[in-house]
Amino acid sequence: MYGPVLWRFGRAMDPWPEIQRLQQEMNRIFASAAQPYGHEFPAINAWAGENGMVVTAELPGADPEKLDISVVGDSLTISGYREADALKPGESYHRQERSCGRFTRTIQLPFHVDAAHVEATYERGILHVVLPRSEAEKPKKIAIKS
Amino acid sequence: MAEDSKDVIKQPAANPTGTERTRNRRVFVPRVDIYETADTIVLVADMPGVDETGVDITLEKNVLNIVGEVKATEEKEYSLSYAEYDAGDYERAFTISDEVDRDRIEATVKNGVLRVVLPKAEAVKARKIAIKAA
Repeated sequence: MYGPVLWRFGRAMDPWPEIQRLQQEMNRIFASAAQPYGHEFPAINAWAGENGMVVTAELPGADPEKLDISVVGDSLTISGYREADALKPGESYHRQERSCGRFTRTIQLPFHVDAAHVEATYERGILHVVLPRSEAEKPKKIAIKS
Repeated sequence: MAEDSKDVIKQPAANPTGTERTRNRRVFVPRVDIYETADTIVLVADMPGVDETGVDITLEKNVLNIVGEVKATEEKEYSLSYAEYDAGDYERAFTISDEVDRDRIEATVKNGVLRVVLPKAEAVKARKIAIKAA
């Protein structure tokens, strides 16, 4: 007839469960705020190497003919169009979760790109762009004169 | 950003409680559109990285299970410096009603998009009832 009864009457409250609950709630809030991924479409991964970078993007269902990739200086722009199936009158969606429409995304790279040698492939819905570093920016070995 | 903006982050697929997958790999829930036409139900799923050899579709009782396996790719001479997405397999299941003609289900994969066409069974297709003059 001590702790639980008192708690039930509200005269004295065990603060511990309440603190735990609060802690969980805070963790949840911060976990979602600190999401490591951006919200921009398309999602990209960037791979760095000695001679440049490789950028891959998940772009399922994009028409490769309408995909536009341009490089100016140190920025890469990917734009394109994702078409939704055209429904005839009388047809209806049960659910529609995929996004559609025009998208553009610009990424700034840590170096100037040799635009003439950029190569892009589109396979299985993944865009793969190889961006070589421009010759003028490549690291140069300095010889020490004696 | 797409005009019709939706959350672009891939959602991890849930495991049945208390179980684990044998493969230590991420599994995602693909985003899906489902629409109904006069004769068919069409399911369109985004599965970037999946080609026709990696898709496994099974229909057991009335559960349609879609599994897409992604081939691991690796960049030689490059190291990952910034990541917004994880590569992983896809899995999702739907219950479908009896009105689907199970023998004529067709599936294609193009540019990382899976398209499953489920034809409606003859018996349940809407019929127009002609009204006879009395």
